[in-house]
Amino acid sequence: MKLFPMPFHSILLFVVWLLLNNSFSAGHIVLATFFAIGIPLLVGDMRDEHPKIQKPWLAIKYVLMVLKDIVSANIEVALLIIGPVYRLSPGFVAVPININSDLGITVLASTVSLTPGTVSAEVSKDKKWLYIHTLHLMNEAKLVEEIKSRYESPIKEIFGC
Amino acid sequence: MLDITITFVAAIICIALFLNLWRLLQGPTLSDRILALDTMYINAIALILLYGISSSSALYFEAALLIAMLGFVSTAALCKYLLRGDIIE
Amino acid sequence: MPFYLEIIICLSLIIGASFLFIGSYGLIRLPDIYMRLHSPTKASTLGITGVLVASMIFQSYEKGGFSVQELLITLFLLITAPIAANMIAKTALHHKIKPLKRTQNQDLIDSICEREEPKKADEKSV
Repeated sequence: MKLFPMPFHSILLFVVWLLLNNSFSAGHIVLATFFAIGIPLLVGDMRDEHPKIQKPWLAIKYVLMVLKDIVSANIEVALLIIGPVYRLSPGFVAVPININSDLGITVLASTVSLTPGTVSAEVSKDKKWLYIHTLHLMNEAKLVEEIKSRYESPIKEIFGC
Repeated sequence: MLDITITFVAAIICIALFLNLWRLLQGPTLSDRILALDTMYINAIALILLYGISSSSALYFEAALLIAMLGFVSTAALCKYLLRGDIIE
Repeated sequence: MPFYLEIIICLSLIIGASFLFIGSYGLIRLPDIYMRLHSPTKASTLGITGVLVASMIFQSYEKGGFSVQELLITLFLLITAPIAANMIAKTALHHKIKPLKRTQNQDLIDSICEREEPKKADEKSV
């Protein structure tokens, strides 16, 4: 039996416990270590298999890029909301996706919802198409191209699928 | 200066809450009402944190965290109920 | 409290509150449910982050230490906001709510409801 069946979850549990108590005292560090080792051992057998993160540095870079995009996209959407409504032209777009894992599709859909003026609405049954709704659709081909190159290809590289 | 800003910001958030209430009462469809409730949760978190700043107490953080969690879970449960007619399948 | 900290807290509070207000204003103003989804998921996320940053700086000063527990709420909202938006969009599509008349690609809605491939796939793909 491995000591850390889920290393990422262990780190997350450790950090979140310390954040919740907002202290770095020795007692809380011991308790956090206990939780970080004990809870993954208890629940490790219950979960489905997910692809591991292959390139952690690329993942960190991706998160920073998404955070930057969230701020700029939020300002963009706020300006669209204040501006004249009759000029907005909303639309549905089907984006072809080529990711094999459920976790990758979830990450992609969440990123798409948070970043440019788009909300992901549905995934087709064969997991090849992601349907999104755009607040202001100007150039469909350019939007699809941007989503594929900016968000999909890093996710494919991170999860290696 | 902080006191004036807090009063001003609290007034803005209260107006935002009233706008959400308007959408909640008037909303033509059920999805609109769920969306309005979800936004109300977020505004309520902001209001509670603001009260924590003005009374300079860190105790309200837990309340804000609980509201955030309950808000997400209730939104998910309501949507699931409308989608499938059942919450736990 | 030093003056520059007060300025920073006030600025982030005002920025956060204006984004929260814009989010709620968009909820009233935009004409159909699919467009209304955009304003709370995006504007409100940034708005709550502004208020949380202000609270973080204030509590750090009050306690004399480093208080980062507010980051937890930001993280939680960042993860859950897109999921909530996705579920509301699914519910709206399930109830067959008509989008605005000038919405582009309305022919996609049927295949979205059935979770199938888009019908005119060869023409649409780039």
